Amino acid sequence: MTLVDLQKRFDEKIEAEVKIEPKDWMPDGYRKTLIRQISQHAHSEVVGMLPEGNWITRAPSLRRKAALLAKVQDEGGHGLYLYAAAETLGVSREELIDELLCGKAKYSSIFNYPALSWADIGAIGWLVDGAAIMNQVMLQRTSYGPYSRAMIRICKEESFHQRQGYEILLTLCRGSDEQKAMAQDSLNRWWWPSLMMFGPHDSESTHSEQSMSWKIKRKSNDELRQAFVDATVPQARYLGLTIPDPDLKWNESTGHWEFGEIDWEEFWQVVKGNGICNRQRLKDRIRAHEEGAWVREAAMAHAEKQRHRRDVA
Amino acid sequence: MSAPDSPLFLFARHMGDNGLILGHRLSEWCGHGPVLEQDITMTNIALDLIGQARLYYQLAAEMHPSDLTEDDIAYLRPERAYSNVLLVEQPNGDFAHTVLRQFLFDAWHLPFLHRLCDSPESGLGEIAAKAVKEVSYHYRWSREWVIRLGDGTEESHRRMTQALDDLWIYREELLLPSDWEQTLIRSEIIPDPDVLRPEWQHAIHATLSEAGLPIPQTPVIQQGGKNGIHTEHLGHLLAELQYMQRAYPGQVW
Repeated sequence: MTLVDLQKRFDEKIEAEVKIEPKDWMPDGYRKTLIRQISQHAHSEVVGMLPEGNWITRAPSLRRKAALLAKVQDEGGHGLYLYAAAETLGVSREELIDELLCGKAKYSSIFNYPALSWADIGAIGWLVDGAAIMNQVMLQRTSYGPYSRAMIRICKEESFHQRQGYEILLTLCRGSDEQKAMAQDSLNRWWWPSLMMFGPHDSESTHSEQSMSWKIKRKSNDELRQAFVDATVPQARYLGLTIPDPDLKWNESTGHWEFGEIDWEEFWQVVKGNGICNRQRLKDRIRAHEEGAWVREAAMAHAEKQRHRRDVA
Repeated sequence: MSAPDSPLFLFARHMGDNGLILGHRLSEWCGHGPVLEQDITMTNIALDLIGQARLYYQLAAEMHPSDLTEDDIAYLRPERAYSNVLLVEQPNGDFAHTVLRQFLFDAWHLPFLHRLCDSPESGLGEIAAKAVKEVSYHYRWSREWVIRLGDGTEESHRRMTQALDDLWIYREELLLPSDWEQTLIRSEIIPDPDVLRPEWQHAIHATLSEAGLPIPQTPVIQQGGKNGIHTEHLGHLLAELQYMQRAYPGQVW
Protein backbone atom coordinates (compact mmCIF):
# COMPACT_ATOMS: atom_id res chain seq x y z
CA MET A 1 0.00 0.00 0.00
CA THR A 2 1.40 3.41 -0.83
CA LEU A 3 1.74 6.24 1.62
CA VAL A 4 -1.10 8.04 -0.11
CA ASP A 5 -3.39 5.04 0.38
CA LEU A 6 -2.40 4.72 4.02
CA GLN A 7 -3.09 8.38 4.63
CA LYS A 8 -6.44 8.06 2.86
CA ARG A 9 -7.45 5.10 5.00
CA PHE A 10 -6.40 6.97 8.15
CA ASP A 11 -8.40 10.05 7.13
CA GLU A 12 -11.45 7.91 6.45
CA LYS A 13 -11.28 6.35 9.88
CA ILE A 14 -11.00 9.74 11.55
CA GLU A 15 -13.93 10.98 9.49
CA ALA A 16 -16.05 7.92 10.34
CA GLU A 17 -15.21 8.12 14.09
CA VAL A 18 -13.40 4.76 13.98
CA LYS A 19 -10.69 4.66 16.68
CA ILE A 20 -7.07 4.50 15.62
CA GLU A 21 -5.34 1.54 17.30
CA PRO A 22 -1.63 0.98 18.11
CA LYS A 23 -0.90 -1.28 15.12
CA ASP A 24 -2.66 0.97 12.60
CA TRP A 25 -0.67 3.20 10.33
CA MET A 26 -0.75 6.84 11.48
CA PRO A 27 0.98 10.03 10.33
CA ASP A 28 4.16 10.88 12.22
CA GLY A 29 2.72 14.18 13.38
CA TYR A 30 -0.32 12.43 14.85
CA ARG A 31 1.93 9.99 16.72
CA LYS A 32 4.18 12.78 18.01
CA THR A 33 1.26 14.92 19.11
CA LEU A 34 -0.24 12.02 21.03
CA ILE A 35 3.04 11.10 22.70
CA ARG A 36 3.49 14.72 23.76
CA GLN A 37 -0.05 15.09 25.03
CA ILE A 38 -0.44 11.71 26.77
CA SER A 39 2.96 11.91 28.43
CA GLN A 40 2.24 15.47 29.63
CA HIS A 41 -0.96 14.18 31.03
CA ALA A 42 0.82 11.26 32.77
CA HIS A 43 3.48 13.59 34.19
CA SER A 44 0.71 15.90 35.47
CA GLU A 45 -0.86 13.04 37.40
CA VAL A 46 2.45 12.14 39.02
CA VAL A 47 3.57 15.72 39.77
CA GLY A 48 0.01 16.40 40.92
CA MET A 49 0.55 13.91 43.75
CA LEU A 50 2.98 16.36 45.38
CA PRO A 51 0.79 19.34 46.42
CA GLU A 52 -1.90 17.05 47.82
CA GLY A 53 0.57 14.54 49.26
CA ASN A 54 1.87 17.53 51.21
CA TRP A 55 -1.36 17.51 53.28
CA ILE A 56 -1.87 13.79 53.96
CA THR A 57 0.11 13.80 57.19
CA ARG A 58 -1.76 16.92 58.37
CA ALA A 59 -5.32 16.02 57.32
CA PRO A 60 -7.68 17.21 60.08
CA SER A 61 -9.66 13.99 60.58
CA LEU A 62 -9.14 10.29 59.93
CA ARG A 63 -11.97 10.21 57.43
CA ARG A 64 -10.41 13.05 55.43
CA LYS A 65 -6.98 11.49 55.69
CA ALA A 66 -8.20 8.17 54.30
CA ALA A 67 -10.07 9.91 51.45
CA LEU A 68 -7.04 11.99 50.54
CA LEU A 69 -4.74 8.97 50.57
CA ALA A 70 -7.14 7.13 48.31
CA LYS A 71 -7.34 10.10 45.97
CA VAL A 72 -3.59 10.54 45.66
CA GLN A 73 -3.25 6.81 45.11
CA ASP A 74 -5.79 7.05 42.27
CA GLU A 75 -3.68 9.76 40.68
CA GLY A 76 -0.64 7.51 40.73
CA GLY A 77 -2.80 4.85 39.10
CA HIS A 78 -3.89 7.31 36.40
CA GLY A 79 -0.23 8.06 35.78
CA LEU A 80 0.35 4.34 35.22
CA TYR A 81 -2.50 3.88 32.72
CA LEU A 82 -1.41 6.96 30.83
CA TYR A 83 2.25 5.92 30.63
CA ALA A 84 0.99 2.54 29.37
CA ALA A 85 -1.18 4.29 26.75
CA ALA A 86 1.83 6.36 25.63
CA GLU A 87 3.97 3.21 25.42
CA THR A 88 1.58 1.79 22.80
CA LEU A 89 2.95 4.54 20.52
CA GLY A 90 6.45 3.07 20.61
CA VAL A 91 8.14 5.06 23.35
CA SER A 92 9.24 3.77 26.76
CA ARG A 93 8.21 5.11 30.15
CA GLU A 94 11.91 5.60 31.00
CA GLU A 95 12.38 7.87 27.99
CA LEU A 96 9.30 9.87 28.90
CA ILE A 97 10.39 10.27 32.51
CA ASP A 98 13.86 11.34 31.41
CA GLU A 99 12.26 14.08 29.32
CA LEU A 100 10.30 15.28 32.34
CA LEU A 101 13.33 15.29 34.60
CA CYS A 102 15.53 17.16 32.14
CA GLY A 103 12.84 19.81 31.80
CA LYS A 104 11.99 19.06 28.17
CA ALA A 105 8.50 17.63 28.77
CA LYS A 106 5.85 19.74 30.46
CA TYR A 107 3.19 18.96 33.02
CA SER A 108 0.13 20.95 33.99
CA SER A 109 1.23 24.35 35.30
CA ILE A 110 -1.42 24.30 37.99
CA PHE A 111 0.80 22.07 40.12
CA ASN A 112 3.38 24.83 40.32
CA TYR A 113 1.11 26.65 42.74
CA PRO A 114 1.50 25.80 46.44
CA ALA A 115 -1.09 24.00 48.59
CA LEU A 116 -0.99 26.22 51.67
CA SER A 117 -4.03 25.34 53.73
CA TRP A 118 -6.44 22.47 54.27
CA ALA A 119 -9.00 24.42 52.21
CA ASP A 120 -6.61 24.13 49.26
CA ILE A 121 -7.23 20.37 49.29
CA GLY A 122 -10.91 21.19 48.80
CA ALA A 123 -10.18 23.78 46.10
CA ILE A 124 -7.85 21.45 44.22
CA GLY A 125 -10.56 18.80 44.11
CA TRP A 126 -13.34 21.18 43.18
CA LEU A 127 -11.58 23.53 40.75
CA VAL A 128 -8.48 21.73 39.50
CA ASP A 129 -10.12 18.34 39.11
CA GLY A 130 -13.23 20.13 37.87
CA ALA A 131 -11.26 21.86 35.12
CA ALA A 132 -9.42 18.64 34.31
CA ILE A 133 -12.73 16.79 33.97
CA MET A 134 -13.99 19.28 31.34
CA ASN A 135 -11.01 18.32 29.28
CA GLN A 136 -11.11 14.62 30.09
CA VAL A 137 -14.80 14.16 29.34
CA MET A 138 -14.04 15.47 25.88
CA LEU A 139 -11.02 13.16 25.60
CA GLN A 140 -13.16 10.07 26.18
CA ARG A 141 -14.09 10.62 22.53
CA THR A 142 -10.54 11.23 21.34
CA SER A 143 -9.57 9.42 18.15
CA TYR A 144 -6.75 7.26 19.58
CA GLY A 145 -8.24 4.08 21.11
CA PRO A 146 -5.90 3.45 24.10
CA TYR A 147 -6.05 7.13 25.14
CA SER A 148 -9.82 7.21 24.86
CA ARG A 149 -10.16 4.04 26.96
CA ALA A 150 -7.75 5.32 29.62
CA MET A 151 -9.86 8.49 29.82
CA ILE A 152 -13.10 6.60 30.33
CA ARG A 153 -11.60 4.89 33.38
CA ILE A 154 -10.03 8.06 34.68
CA CYS A 155 -13.18 10.18 34.33
CA LYS A 156 -15.15 7.93 36.67
CA GLU A 157 -12.63 8.42 39.45
CA GLU A 158 -12.10 12.12 38.77
CA SER A 159 -15.72 13.07 39.13
CA PHE A 160 -15.69 11.36 42.52
CA HIS A 161 -12.62 13.42 43.49
CA GLN A 162 -14.32 16.59 42.42
CA ARG A 163 -17.36 15.94 44.60
CA GLN A 164 -15.08 15.09 47.49
CA GLY A 165 -13.23 18.41 47.08
CA TYR A 166 -16.47 20.35 46.92
CA GLU A 167 -17.69 18.59 50.04
CA ILE A 168 -14.53 19.64 51.93
CA LEU A 169 -15.29 23.27 51.07
CA LEU A 170 -18.96 22.90 51.88
CA THR A 171 -18.03 21.68 55.35
CA LEU A 172 -15.69 24.66 55.82
CA CYS A 173 -18.29 27.13 54.56
CA ARG A 174 -20.82 25.80 57.05
CA GLY A 175 -18.25 25.93 59.84
CA SER A 176 -16.65 28.74 61.83
CA ASP A 177 -15.73 32.19 60.49
CA GLU A 178 -12.12 31.07 60.49
CA GLN A 179 -12.96 28.07 58.33
CA LYS A 180 -15.00 30.13 55.91
CA ALA A 181 -12.18 32.64 55.58
CA MET A 182 -9.83 29.75 54.86
CA ALA A 183 -12.16 28.60 52.06
CA GLN A 184 -12.45 32.11 50.55
CA ASP A 185 -8.69 32.61 50.64
CA SER A 186 -8.25 29.35 48.86
CA LEU A 187 -10.74 30.26 46.11
CA ASN A 188 -8.98 33.61 45.71
CA ARG A 189 -5.68 31.88 45.03
CA TRP A 190 -6.92 28.96 42.88
CA TRP A 191 -9.59 30.59 40.69
CA TRP A 192 -7.41 32.25 38.08
CA PRO A 193 -4.82 29.44 37.83
CA SER A 194 -7.74 27.04 37.27
CA LEU A 195 -8.98 29.12 34.32
CA MET A 196 -5.43 29.08 32.97
CA MET A 197 -5.51 25.27 32.90
CA PHE A 198 -7.44 25.40 29.62
CA GLY A 199 -4.46 27.00 27.92
CA PRO A 200 -4.10 30.10 25.75
CA HIS A 201 -6.97 31.62 23.78
CA ASP A 202 -7.83 29.62 20.66
CA SER A 203 -6.25 32.32 18.51
CA GLU A 204 -2.92 31.87 20.36
CA SER A 205 -2.87 28.09 20.72
CA THR A 206 -0.16 26.52 18.55
CA HIS A 207 -1.27 22.89 18.48
CA SER A 208 -5.03 23.29 18.68
CA GLU A 209 -6.13 23.45 15.07
CA GLN A 210 -4.27 20.35 13.91
CA SER A 211 -5.38 18.42 17.03
CA MET A 212 -8.98 19.33 16.32
CA SER A 213 -8.76 18.10 12.73
CA TRP A 214 -7.27 14.79 13.91
CA LYS A 215 -10.06 14.64 16.50
CA ILE A 216 -7.50 14.25 19.28
CA LYS A 217 -9.10 17.37 20.74
CA ARG A 218 -12.84 17.76 20.29
CA LYS A 219 -13.46 21.19 21.80
CA SER A 220 -11.39 24.36 21.82
CA ASN A 221 -9.64 25.85 24.86
CA ASP A 222 -12.05 28.78 25.04
CA GLU A 223 -15.15 26.59 24.68
CA LEU A 224 -14.00 24.36 27.53
CA ARG A 225 -13.06 27.33 29.72
CA GLN A 226 -16.50 28.87 29.21
CA ALA A 227 -18.20 25.59 30.06
CA PHE A 228 -16.14 25.40 33.25
CA VAL A 229 -17.02 28.94 34.33
CA ASP A 230 -20.71 28.34 33.61
CA ALA A 231 -20.68 25.17 35.72
CA THR A 232 -18.62 26.60 38.57
CA VAL A 233 -20.15 30.02 39.28
CA PRO A 234 -23.43 28.60 40.67
CA GLN A 235 -21.43 26.14 42.79
CA ALA A 236 -19.42 28.99 44.30
CA ARG A 237 -22.63 30.86 45.07
CA TYR A 238 -24.08 27.83 46.78
CA LEU A 239 -20.99 27.75 49.00
CA GLY A 240 -21.49 31.46 49.74
CA LEU A 241 -18.04 32.29 48.37
CA THR A 242 -17.13 35.21 46.11
CA ILE A 243 -15.30 34.57 42.87
CA PRO A 244 -12.37 37.01 42.71
CA ASP A 245 -13.37 38.61 39.40
CA PRO A 246 -15.03 42.06 39.40
CA ASP A 247 -15.95 41.62 35.73
CA LEU A 248 -17.91 38.44 36.25
CA LYS A 249 -21.51 38.89 35.08
CA TRP A 250 -24.38 36.88 33.67
CA ASN A 251 -25.21 37.54 30.05
CA GLU A 252 -28.90 36.87 29.54
CA SER A 253 -28.73 36.86 25.75
CA THR A 254 -25.87 34.35 25.40
CA GLY A 255 -26.83 32.30 28.45
CA HIS A 256 -23.22 32.37 29.64
CA TRP A 257 -21.19 33.97 32.40
CA GLU A 258 -18.84 36.66 31.12
CA PHE A 259 -15.53 36.87 32.92
CA GLY A 260 -12.49 39.13 33.08
CA GLU A 261 -9.21 38.71 31.23
CA ILE A 262 -6.67 36.18 32.48
CA ASP A 263 -3.25 37.50 33.47
CA TRP A 264 -1.38 35.94 30.54
CA GLU A 265 1.92 37.31 31.74
CA GLU A 266 1.58 35.15 34.86
CA PHE A 267 0.48 32.20 32.73
CA TRP A 268 3.58 32.35 30.53
CA GLN A 269 5.89 32.93 33.48
CA VAL A 270 4.69 29.72 35.13
CA VAL A 271 4.86 27.79 31.84
CA LYS A 272 8.45 28.97 31.45
CA GLY A 273 9.38 27.59 34.86
CA ASN A 274 9.10 30.70 37.02
CA GLY A 275 6.10 29.79 39.16
CA ILE A 276 6.43 29.52 42.94
CA CYS A 277 6.88 25.75 42.95
CA ASN A 278 8.31 24.87 39.50
CA ARG A 279 11.82 24.25 40.80
CA GLN A 280 10.67 22.47 43.93
CA ARG A 281 8.38 20.09 42.02
CA LEU A 282 11.02 19.13 39.53
CA LYS A 283 13.65 18.74 42.23
CA ASP A 284 11.34 16.46 44.19
CA ARG A 285 10.80 14.26 41.16
CA ILE A 286 14.51 14.20 40.34
CA ARG A 287 15.41 13.31 43.91
CA ALA A 288 12.85 10.48 44.04
CA HIS A 289 14.21 9.15 40.75
CA GLU A 290 17.87 9.38 41.74
CA GLU A 291 17.37 8.02 45.24
CA GLY A 292 15.32 5.17 43.78
CA ALA A 293 18.01 4.15 41.29
CA TRP A 294 19.60 1.57 43.60
CA VAL A 295 16.17 0.02 44.27
CA ARG A 296 15.42 -0.38 40.57
CA GLU A 297 18.90 -1.80 39.94
CA ALA A 298 18.52 -4.27 42.83
CA ALA A 299 15.13 -5.42 41.53
CA MET A 300 16.59 -6.05 38.08
CA ALA A 301 19.68 -7.80 39.47
CA HIS A 302 17.51 -10.06 41.63
CA ALA A 303 15.25 -10.95 38.69
CA GLU A 304 18.32 -11.74 36.61
CA LYS A 305 19.79 -13.98 39.34
CA GLN A 306 16.46 -15.77 39.69
CA ARG A 307 16.37 -16.46 35.97
CA HIS A 308 19.91 -17.76 36.10
CA ARG A 309 19.12 -20.02 39.08
CA ARG A 310 16.12 -21.44 37.26
CA ASP A 311 18.17 -22.10 34.14
CA VAL A 312 20.87 -23.90 36.13
CA ALA A 313 18.36 -25.98 38.09
CA MET B 1 -11.81 10.59 89.45
CA SER B 2 -12.89 8.45 86.53
CA ALA B 3 -12.47 4.69 86.48
CA PRO B 4 -9.25 3.40 84.92
CA ASP B 5 -9.50 2.42 81.27
CA SER B 6 -10.30 -1.26 80.72
CA PRO B 7 -7.68 -3.63 79.28
CA LEU B 8 -9.86 -4.11 76.22
CA PHE B 9 -10.07 -0.37 75.62
CA LEU B 10 -6.30 -0.04 76.01
CA PHE B 11 -5.68 -2.92 73.63
CA ALA B 12 -8.02 -1.58 70.94
CA ARG B 13 -6.38 1.83 71.23
CA HIS B 14 -2.92 0.26 71.06
CA MET B 15 -3.79 -1.62 67.87
CA GLY B 16 -5.17 1.62 66.45
CA ASP B 17 -1.98 3.46 67.36
CA ASN B 18 0.19 0.87 65.60
CA GLY B 19 -1.86 1.26 62.44
CA LEU B 20 -2.09 5.04 62.56
CA ILE B 21 1.59 5.66 63.22
CA LEU B 22 2.88 3.13 60.67
CA GLY B 23 0.30 4.38 58.16
CA HIS B 24 1.49 7.94 58.78
CA ARG B 25 5.11 6.96 58.15
CA LEU B 26 4.24 5.16 54.91
CA SER B 27 2.15 8.09 53.73
CA GLU B 28 5.24 10.30 53.99
CA TRP B 29 6.53 8.41 50.94
CA CYS B 30 3.56 9.49 48.83
CA GLY B 31 4.87 11.08 45.63
CA HIS B 32 8.50 10.28 46.51
CA GLY B 33 8.73 6.50 46.00
CA PRO B 34 11.59 4.85 44.08
CA VAL B 35 9.26 3.79 41.26
CA LEU B 36 5.63 4.66 40.62
CA GLU B 37 4.28 1.14 41.32
CA GLN B 38 5.94 1.07 44.75
CA ASP B 39 4.80 4.61 45.51
CA ILE B 40 1.23 3.44 44.90
CA THR B 41 1.74 0.25 46.93
CA MET B 42 3.06 2.11 49.97
CA THR B 43 0.14 4.55 49.78
CA ASN B 44 -2.19 1.59 49.55
CA ILE B 45 -0.70 -0.11 52.62
CA ALA B 46 -0.92 3.22 54.48
CA LEU B 47 -4.57 3.43 53.53
CA ASP B 48 -5.24 -0.12 54.80
CA LEU B 49 -3.48 0.55 58.09
CA ILE B 50 -5.27 3.83 58.69
CA GLY B 51 -8.55 2.14 57.82
CA GLN B 52 -7.80 -0.56 60.41
CA ALA B 53 -6.82 2.09 62.96
CA ARG B 54 -10.20 3.74 62.48
CA LEU B 55 -11.99 0.47 63.21
CA TYR B 56 -10.00 -0.09 66.40
CA TYR B 57 -10.51 3.50 67.55
CA GLN B 58 -14.23 3.30 66.83
CA LEU B 59 -14.41 0.14 68.90
CA ALA B 60 -12.45 1.83 71.71
CA ALA B 61 -14.70 4.90 71.53
CA GLU B 62 -17.84 2.76 71.76
CA MET B 63 -16.71 1.02 74.92
CA HIS B 64 -15.49 4.20 76.62
CA PRO B 65 -17.86 5.72 79.18
CA SER B 66 -17.29 9.31 77.99
CA ASP B 67 -18.45 10.57 74.63
CA LEU B 68 -15.32 9.97 72.52
CA THR B 69 -14.93 9.88 68.74
CA GLU B 70 -12.27 8.17 66.64
CA ASP B 71 -10.71 11.59 66.01
CA ASP B 72 -10.55 12.48 69.71
CA ILE B 73 -8.57 9.31 70.25
CA ALA B 74 -6.37 9.71 67.21
CA TYR B 75 -5.60 13.42 67.53
CA LEU B 76 -6.05 14.70 71.05
CA ARG B 77 -3.69 12.82 73.31
CA PRO B 78 -0.28 13.83 74.60
CA GLU B 79 2.68 11.83 73.39
CA ARG B 80 2.88 9.71 76.57
CA ALA B 81 -0.64 8.39 75.98
CA TYR B 82 0.18 6.79 72.60
CA SER B 83 0.90 3.09 73.02
CA ASN B 84 2.21 2.01 69.61
CA VAL B 85 5.35 -0.12 69.52
CA LEU B 86 8.62 1.74 68.95
CA LEU B 87 9.22 -0.04 65.63
CA VAL B 88 6.40 1.71 63.79
CA GLU B 89 7.43 5.25 64.74
CA GLN B 90 10.99 4.83 63.42
CA PRO B 91 11.68 7.23 60.54
CA ASN B 92 11.41 5.99 56.96
CA GLY B 93 15.14 6.22 56.28
CA ASP B 94 15.86 4.79 52.84
CA PHE B 95 13.60 2.30 51.07
CA ALA B 96 15.52 -0.59 52.74
CA HIS B 97 14.61 0.71 56.20
CA THR B 98 10.98 1.19 55.20
CA VAL B 99 10.75 -2.30 53.73
CA LEU B 100 12.41 -3.95 56.72
CA ARG B 101 10.30 -2.04 59.26
CA GLN B 102 7.22 -3.19 57.36
CA PHE B 103 8.44 -6.79 57.20
CA LEU B 104 9.25 -7.01 60.91
CA PHE B 105 5.80 -5.61 61.67
CA ASP B 106 3.94 -7.80 59.16
CA ALA B 107 5.73 -10.98 60.27
CA TRP B 108 4.08 -10.45 63.66
CA HIS B 109 0.87 -8.79 62.47
CA LEU B 110 -0.26 -11.55 60.12
CA PRO B 111 -0.10 -14.59 62.47
CA PHE B 112 -1.43 -12.40 65.28
CA LEU B 113 -4.51 -11.43 63.25
CA HIS B 114 -5.06 -15.00 62.10
CA ARG B 115 -5.56 -15.94 65.75
CA LEU B 116 -7.36 -12.76 66.73
CA CYS B 117 -10.09 -13.69 64.22
CA ASP B 118 -11.22 -16.32 66.74
CA SER B 119 -11.40 -13.92 69.67
CA PRO B 120 -14.55 -14.36 71.78
CA GLU B 121 -14.68 -10.54 71.78
CA SER B 122 -16.64 -10.27 68.53
CA GLY B 123 -15.71 -6.63 67.86
CA LEU B 124 -12.04 -7.58 67.72
CA GLY B 125 -12.68 -10.75 65.74
CA GLU B 126 -14.55 -8.81 63.07
CA ILE B 127 -11.80 -6.23 62.64
CA ALA B 128 -9.19 -9.00 62.49
CA ALA B 129 -11.17 -10.91 59.85
CA LYS B 130 -11.23 -7.84 57.63
CA ALA B 131 -7.63 -6.81 58.32
CA VAL B 132 -6.11 -10.24 57.81
CA LYS B 133 -6.87 -10.16 54.09
CA GLU B 134 -5.12 -6.81 53.71
CA VAL B 135 -2.20 -7.82 55.88
CA SER B 136 -1.51 -11.05 53.95
CA TYR B 137 -0.87 -8.79 51.01
CA HIS B 138 1.33 -6.43 53.06
CA TYR B 139 3.36 -9.40 54.28
CA ARG B 140 3.81 -10.76 50.78
CA TRP B 141 4.97 -7.36 49.57
CA SER B 142 7.44 -6.66 52.39
CA ARG B 143 8.80 -10.21 52.40
CA GLU B 144 9.43 -10.17 48.65
CA TRP B 145 11.21 -6.84 48.90
CA VAL B 146 13.43 -7.99 51.77
CA ILE B 147 14.51 -10.89 49.56
CA ARG B 148 14.88 -8.75 46.45
CA LEU B 149 17.02 -6.14 48.20
CA GLY B 150 19.04 -8.64 50.23
CA ASP B 151 19.82 -10.63 47.10
CA GLY B 152 19.92 -7.81 44.52
CA THR B 153 23.16 -5.82 44.32
CA GLU B 154 26.05 -5.18 46.64
CA GLU B 155 24.59 -1.79 47.46
CA SER B 156 21.08 -3.07 48.20
CA HIS B 157 22.57 -5.84 50.36
CA ARG B 158 24.64 -3.30 52.28
CA ARG B 159 21.60 -1.06 52.82
CA MET B 160 19.49 -3.98 54.06
CA THR B 161 22.24 -5.04 56.46
CA GLN B 162 22.34 -1.50 57.81
CA ALA B 163 18.55 -1.47 58.17
CA LEU B 164 18.71 -4.76 60.10
CA ASP B 165 21.35 -3.29 62.35
CA ASP B 166 19.15 -0.24 63.03
CA LEU B 167 15.74 -1.91 63.41
CA TRP B 168 16.34 -5.41 64.77
CA ILE B 169 16.32 -4.21 68.39
CA TYR B 170 12.69 -3.07 68.02
CA ARG B 171 11.18 -6.35 66.77
CA GLU B 172 10.86 -8.16 70.09
CA GLU B 173 8.57 -5.57 71.67
CA LEU B 174 5.68 -6.86 69.56
CA LEU B 175 5.79 -10.12 71.54
CA LEU B 176 6.35 -8.67 75.00
CA PRO B 177 2.92 -8.19 76.57
CA SER B 178 2.01 -5.14 78.61
CA ASP B 179 -0.02 -5.54 81.82
CA TRP B 180 -3.29 -4.99 79.99
CA GLU B 181 -2.34 -7.48 77.30
CA GLN B 182 -1.51 -10.05 79.97
CA THR B 183 -5.00 -9.72 81.39
CA LEU B 184 -6.49 -10.29 77.94
CA ILE B 185 -4.17 -13.21 77.21
CA ARG B 186 -5.20 -14.91 80.45
CA SER B 187 -8.85 -14.63 79.52
CA GLU B 188 -8.00 -15.81 75.95
CA ILE B 189 -9.34 -12.65 74.32
CA ILE B 190 -6.10 -12.05 72.43
CA PRO B 191 -3.49 -14.58 71.28
CA ASP B 192 -0.67 -15.67 73.54
CA PRO B 193 2.68 -14.44 72.16
CA ASP B 194 4.37 -17.64 73.28
CA VAL B 195 2.16 -19.55 70.88
CA LEU B 196 2.98 -17.14 68.08
CA ARG B 197 6.69 -17.04 68.73
CA PRO B 198 7.88 -20.15 66.81
CA GLU B 199 5.95 -19.22 63.69
CA TRP B 200 7.09 -15.62 63.88
CA GLN B 201 10.71 -16.57 64.42
CA HIS B 202 10.63 -19.07 61.58
CA ALA B 203 9.09 -16.54 59.15
CA ILE B 204 11.79 -14.00 59.93
CA HIS B 205 14.70 -16.42 59.83
CA ALA B 206 13.55 -18.15 56.64
CA THR B 207 13.10 -14.82 54.87
CA LEU B 208 16.46 -13.43 55.95
CA SER B 209 18.13 -16.64 54.93
CA GLU B 210 16.48 -16.55 51.50
CA ALA B 211 17.61 -12.93 51.19
CA GLY B 212 21.17 -13.95 52.09
CA LEU B 213 21.11 -11.55 55.05
CA PRO B 214 22.80 -12.27 58.38
CA ILE B 215 20.60 -12.72 61.44
CA PRO B 216 21.77 -10.04 63.85
CA GLN B 217 23.26 -11.43 67.03
CA THR B 218 22.68 -8.47 69.32
CA PRO B 219 20.87 -9.34 72.55
CA VAL B 220 19.62 -5.75 72.89
CA ILE B 221 15.86 -5.26 73.04
CA GLN B 222 14.22 -1.85 73.06
CA GLN B 223 10.72 -1.51 74.42
CA GLY B 224 8.49 1.03 76.16
CA GLY B 225 6.06 2.13 73.49
CA LYS B 226 3.17 0.12 74.93
CA ASN B 227 3.58 2.08 78.15
CA GLY B 228 3.99 5.41 76.40
CA ILE B 229 7.77 5.70 76.67
CA HIS B 230 8.73 6.45 73.07
CA THR B 231 11.75 7.37 71.01
CA GLU B 232 12.18 11.08 70.27
CA HIS B 233 10.80 10.58 66.77
CA LEU B 234 7.18 10.24 67.84
CA GLY B 235 6.79 13.79 69.17
CA HIS B 236 7.63 15.31 65.79
CA LEU B 237 5.30 12.94 64.00
CA LEU B 238 2.46 13.88 66.38
CA ALA B 239 3.14 17.59 66.01
CA GLU B 240 2.41 17.19 62.31
CA LEU B 241 -0.46 14.73 62.71
CA GLN B 242 -2.25 16.87 65.31
CA TYR B 243 -1.54 20.27 63.77
CA MET B 244 -5.03 21.09 62.46
CA GLN B 245 -6.92 19.74 65.45
CA ARG B 246 -4.67 21.69 67.82
CA ALA B 247 -4.65 24.92 65.81
CA TYR B 248 -8.44 24.97 65.31
CA PRO B 249 -9.90 23.16 68.31
CA GLY B 250 -13.45 21.87 68.33
CA GLN B 251 -14.29 22.38 64.65
CA VAL B 252 -15.92 20.04 62.18
CA TRP B 253 -13.89 19.07 59.10
